[in-house]
Amino acid sequence: MGSTNSTLSKIPNVEELMQETGFTPAHIVRLYDRFEALDKEKTGHLRPQDFGAINRLAMNPIGDRIIGAFFSPGQETVDFHSFVRILAHFRPADKKRPKDPSMPEPVNSRTSKLKFAFQLYDQDKDGKISRAELLQVLRSMLEMQVTEEQLESIADRTIQEADLDKDDAISFEEFRKSLEKVNIDHKMSIRFLR
Amino acid sequence: MSVRVVLHSPSGSRSFLERGLLLLVMLIFLEGTVLTLGAASSPDISAQDNTGGHDHRGIAGSHDHTNYTYTKKAFPVLSLDYHHIQVPFEISLWVLLASLMKLGFHLIPRLSSIVPESCLLIVVGLLVGGLIKLAGEEVPPVLDSNLFFLCLLPPIILDAGYFLPIRPFMENIGTILMFAVVGTLWNAFFVGGLLYAVCQIEGTYLSQVELLPCLLFGSIISAVDPVAVLAVFEEIHINELLHILVFGESLLNDAVTVVLYHLFEEYSGAGEVTPMDVVLGVICFLIVSLGGIAVGAIYGILAAFTSRFTSHTRVIEPLFMFVYSYMAYLSAEMFHLSGIMALIACGAVMRPYVEANISHKSHTTVKYFLKMWSSVSETLIFIFLGVATVAGPHAWNWTFVSVTVILCLVSRVIGVVGLTFIINKFRIVKLTTKDQFIVAYGGLRGAIAFSLGYLLDKDLFPMRTMFLTAIITEIFFTVFVQGMTIKPLVDLLAVKKKQEAKRSINEEIHTQFLDHLLTGIEDICGHYGHHHWKDKLNRFNKKYIKKCLIAGERYKEPQLIAFYHKMEFKQAIELVESGGGVKLPSAVPSQVSMQNIQPKKLPPPVAERALPQFTKGREEEIRKILRSNLQKTRQRLRSYNRHTLVADPFEDGWNDFLLKKQRLIELEKKMSNYLTVPGAIPDSPTMCRARLASDPNAFYNIKASSDGVPTIQVDLASPQSPDSVNMLNEEGREGADRDEDQGLMMKPAGKGEKGEEEGGNKNPGLMRCLSDPGPSNEDEEDEPFLP
Repeated sequence: MGSTNSTLSKIPNVEELMQETGFTPAHIVRLYDRFEALDKEKTGHLRPQDFGAINRLAMNPIGDRIIGAFFSPGQETVDFHSFVRILAHFRPADKKRPKDPSMPEPVNSRTSKLKFAFQLYDQDKDGKISRAELLQVLRSMLEMQVTEEQLESIADRTIQEADLDKDDAISFEEFRKSLEKVNIDHKMSIRFLR
Repeated sequence: MSVRVVLHSPSGSRSFLERGLLLLVMLIFLEGTVLTLGAASSPDISAQDNTGGHDHRGIAGSHDHTNYTYTKKAFPVLSLDYHHIQVPFEISLWVLLASLMKLGFHLIPRLSSIVPESCLLIVVGLLVGGLIKLAGEEVPPVLDSNLFFLCLLPPIILDAGYFLPIRPFMENIGTILMFAVVGTLWNAFFVGGLLYAVCQIEGTYLSQVELLPCLLFGSIISAVDPVAVLAVFEEIHINELLHILVFGESLLNDAVTVVLYHLFEEYSGAGEVTPMDVVLGVICFLIVSLGGIAVGAIYGILAAFTSRFTSHTRVIEPLFMFVYSYMAYLSAEMFHLSGIMALIACGAVMRPYVEANISHKSHTTVKYFLKMWSSVSETLIFIFLGVATVAGPHAWNWTFVSVTVILCLVSRVIGVVGLTFIINKFRIVKLTTKDQFIVAYGGLRGAIAFSLGYLLDKDLFPMRTMFLTAIITEIFFTVFVQGMTIKPLVDLLAVKKKQEAKRSINEEIHTQFLDHLLTGIEDICGHYGHHHWKDKLNRFNKKYIKKCLIAGERYKEPQLIAFYHKMEFKQAIELVESGGGVKLPSAVPSQVSMQNIQPKKLPPPVAERALPQFTKGREEEIRKILRSNLQKTRQRLRSYNRHTLVADPFEDGWNDFLLKKQRLIELEKKMSNYLTVPGAIPDSPTMCRARLASDPNAFYNIKASSDGVPTIQVDLASPQSPDSVNMLNEEGREGADRDEDQGLMMKPAGKGEKGEEEGGNKNPGLMRCLSDPGPSNEDEEDEPFLP
């Protein structure tokens, strides 16, 4: 407990962070340790290279997108707060939370999780997944094992299926609708972050 | 009421009566035969002279004379020698009876929706047994344990294991194991212990029942039975999670049952169990379960490896799968390991690789055979249960039996509730009270318990008959009471039913995307979680295992592509079947159109727009038509006459064609437009419009306008257009045969294409998509999807 407290005291605004994200002190400490392990040069910030040093992440087809998601547009570094905030998306949802309309949507609700995933697709942040963006994702996931035409037809098919307002792109609502049968809470939660 | 029925549908009620009578007559006839034959066969009743035995003995008798004087008899023109064929005949008769019963139940309209099939079958068994007994014969001991465990049980388990939905199973494996292992242990000890306590009470006269036999009885009766669960749950269409929980539990508790059974049986003689024995028991459990899985996995890999080389002997492919699986079961049983787990492991391991290797037809064969065998087995098991009930011997003891039934229920409920409480702490998606109720209520006992009881040694266990009676009562209770009421309860409680979900490509892509995302996040957190290991397994699989076990180049094909192909083809088939909706591109055909799929609509023909893009666009359209017709034909012909469908040499040709990736992709691209354009026909647009307007299912005249397009003769054996299309074609093609009996013939495309063929890569996955979507029950769609 003592070490937890001492670690916690090193982090500025930790109370606010905990309330915003819902993490317990133990989690914050664990994440802080991880943050420090990644931050090899001890600058207190993470740069893309630090993320890149994680070997397994390099093998991940969408690894660079994930890394990109940590960095707000225009920023070169990630501080601990942003790090935790992003990771808070993957906490399992709290069932017992009362629905309080005045409070902002908690960061690990189904909608927020979906929004996070959506933003990974939508790199230019125009609120829609265009055909080109979808093609990019498919290309990276399928890793050059298919031809360009096949990719295109899959992309077409995907958009055709999901696109309800016929604007040749998938908006967030359409995205959400196409995943309504999937248990997002289950799929997008990491157990140890409970 | 009956009058009204008669008035409304006189034919209906009459046919009902007819069917009922027919069934009854058949039943009686069959039973009559079985009776006399059964009696003649049993050596104990040799005193009975039957017609069958008579001749046989007469002939035998004449040879027994020591003074062999050749008495000239009339040459027996017709003789009855039943003994010769007795055993196979009786087996066939039973199988026939089972199948006829199954048939009969589904003919009677309302019965199958009220009463689950398993109940009806038990009743039939009771009737049969009753008839035999009434006739004064001895009821044959049909539910012999050997027969049950070696012949009747394996097909059902293999069917279950092969079609096990791997993803939900693995996701819930922790919960399932908890229920299977801890739950069964709890049930066994609770029931056994309390029964012993009850037996010790003065008034019951049961004090000779000792502790160990009680515990043994408890372990026999506490196991949830996969056959019964399958039979009942199949009809209630409950949501996937609950189904997999109860079903998975029933499969995995076999290991526990085996160990407990052998443990208590061994030591019942000795009379006591020491702590050392308990430790040994735990070790035994680990060996039994893990060993069973290992044996199954080894055989599964062997089967997958063998299937890699079967491309030239397609006919025996299914045989390999069945034989390997059965041998896995037998090998496991040989070492007293868990045969059920071996079989499940074999089926689950084998499946992804074998499916990539074997031909489409073999795949269908395997599927149908498994379903057929398991169906017959299940029916037989329930009938035999009924017969065995009548056969007895029974020793009814009110206290014992009623206490058993009550205790089983109580222990199950307590067990489930208690375990769920613990499990929910670790689950992300918690189990609600409704779920718990269904899991508890769905814990049905079945024939496995009975067979295990039957196996007990008469001398060691003098109260065996009492046990058997209690087991049967418990089985009846669960199957009848719980089985019949679970459906209305499910409706009453508004439990989530199974979603008849068609997986969309969106879901597929996004789910894979999320998998990668979560793996990445886990790596960032430095946490070796669920996704990490899954990803590792998949990479290992892709890198090493698939290379060994999958033939040719197929191992490189990503799952997403296979899934996509399958979807496209299915939809094309549906579209064409549903009326061949004519869709014309609103945009330039070489670009992909974004039209939605509305099969029944016929938009106004815009043939004028199609014509200008004649060369490229039309070529695509032609190919599209070819493809759609090809599928339509395959779809139709498949139902009558497999033999005139593409014969093997042509199948290879077809494969060559398909494999031409270029072609494939262009076709697919057009496929996604779902357009079938009449404009491809060199007739005037008005003509085609007229033709199509009159009969949307009409054949299309196919004219290849360029090289590289294979000719297809389409024999649309459809009810609407009984004429067959005369083939067309040819500009520079080899002469196509005008063999109209041969429903579908493919001339492989010209030399230009042959050069690019990929040798040996049959792409059976696509073949599978094209024809024979299989039984309408789309459960099978939920394939294990190893990303």
